[in-house]
Amino acid sequence: MVRQMLGFVYRDWHLTRRYWSWVAVFTIYALVSSATVTLIGVAAKDVRLTLTLTVGVLLWSFLSVLFNEIAMSIAFERWEGTLEYTFMAPVSRLVHMFGVSLYALSYAVFRALFVLAGLFVFLDLSFRGANLWGMLVVLAASSFAFVGLGLIAATLPVMSPERGAEATNIFQSVLLLVSGIYYPVSVLPRWLQPLAAVSPATYALSASRKLMGIDTYSGQAPLRGAAFSDVLPEIGILLLMGVVLVPLGFFVFGRCEAWAKRTGKLKRTG
Amino acid sequence: MSSYAIQVHNVSKVFRKRTGWLGSKTIRRWALRNVNFHVEDGEAYGLLGPNGSGKSSLIRVLSTLLTPDEGWAEIMGMRLPDQERDVRRVIGRVSVDAAYYKKLSARENLMFTARVYGLDPAVAERQSRAILEQLGFDPKRFGDPLEDMSRGMQQKIAITRALLVDPPLLLLDEPTTGLDPKSKRDVMIFIEDLRRRKNTTILLTTHDMNEAERLCERLGMLAHGKLVAEGTADELKRVAALRDGFPSISTLEDAFLALAGEKLVDSDAAPAGEVA
Repeated sequence: MVRQMLGFVYRDWHLTRRYWSWVAVFTIYALVSSATVTLIGVAAKDVRLTLTLTVGVLLWSFLSVLFNEIAMSIAFERWEGTLEYTFMAPVSRLVHMFGVSLYALSYAVFRALFVLAGLFVFLDLSFRGANLWGMLVVLAASSFAFVGLGLIAATLPVMSPERGAEATNIFQSVLLLVSGIYYPVSVLPRWLQPLAAVSPATYALSASRKLMGIDTYSGQAPLRGAAFSDVLPEIGILLLMGVVLVPLGFFVFGRCEAWAKRTGKLKRTG
Repeated sequence: MSSYAIQVHNVSKVFRKRTGWLGSKTIRRWALRNVNFHVEDGEAYGLLGPNGSGKSSLIRVLSTLLTPDEGWAEIMGMRLPDQERDVRRVIGRVSVDAAYYKKLSARENLMFTARVYGLDPAVAERQSRAILEQLGFDPKRFGDPLEDMSRGMQQKIAITRALLVDPPLLLLDEPTTGLDPKSKRDVMIFIEDLRRRKNTTILLTTHDMNEAERLCERLGMLAHGKLVAEGTADELKRVAALRDGFPSISTLEDAFLALAGEKLVDSDAAPAGEVA
């Protein structure tokens, strides 16, 4: 089972290697767009805003890659024409998608670290006083929920060869909008705010801002990051979301796969 | 356990497509209609039929990729879809289309398959190289991306992928379509050799009558999703001659025309009521 799971890591690593120029383009693009966002804070001479934006871009560069890699894994197989062969291999969907998620997690960590390192070139940043270990726990806790969301979104290309990948991108953009990545959720129109409550990114950001000491920042260094115990409610919600969303993701995936087999949607298109 | 490698009983499949204003109309297209046949353990069975006759749909049903609406299929005594995970362990499939990661090398594609099937990568690599050598594949190209290879070379990789797991049942869906004569011959010789050495059961779909006659002991003729005739090549010609009133029918192609009422190849339009 471990060998099968690592088989997907092996495949995705070699695909990354073979598509290295695109990977480089996307990674550099992520860094540059993150820098342009955080420089808004610098231009406003507002350290607190700069830190808020920095946490936002780092968290989003991690969570969006994690989500996207899982969600688009099926769409990619459709484009390559390999979906039928993957689905007829004697491997459970659990092992298959955990293998995909494992590589996605590694890749997301790499991307976020690259963006963080790159931001130091553009910004005079200091995280002294921030609870960085606590932030790592938040990232780990939010990963489960995002894996679950990725699994649910990955079913869209199973159901619709043509529209599935498009719908996945829309789903991701809605997450970006409602989770308050760069702004407080309170500035969203009132009718959108309930969506923020069901997005795991909202709680990951809330906890990260507390742990960074952004909420209590007085304008004087060092930062005063909150203790881990202060973000236990957010961590609890994130873990609960993971406990619900991961099994739900597999359940939805299983149902969609069965439906695709009944309707002939697994057939190669294009 | 049954002595049949494949048993297909009354299998029907219909695809539905919504059309019209807000999908108010549904078009039903039959892919398979009450198909019944069996393949003995160790037998090579050929399915003949024009494009859209249901051959690939049938292969998909047997590959656990398509659930029939009616009827059932058994592979090596295991019922589908209930035992699909077990069935997947005993089948290898080669399809007509290029289904690989095109940027990955032959080695990377094959080692991915090996890992997903739980094989030791080192053993699998040795096996892959041995199979490819028998197929006449240039070993120097093993590390090249598949997108840089000819159709013939890609198809040899596809065959190696199917054989890597040493399956007792091979589902070959037009494996030689689009290959040059030499590659075609290499593949046919390999399949014959495989049957001699391992007694592998083979279900082959093809348009190529020579290939069907050479490789298969029995043949089934599919038209519009129905199995219209079944038997050895000689039996089919004999039956066709009797039905057609022309005792001179000497080719499978003529036999198909007589028994199915349509040409086997060069079918310009997809038959009505068929999508696969």
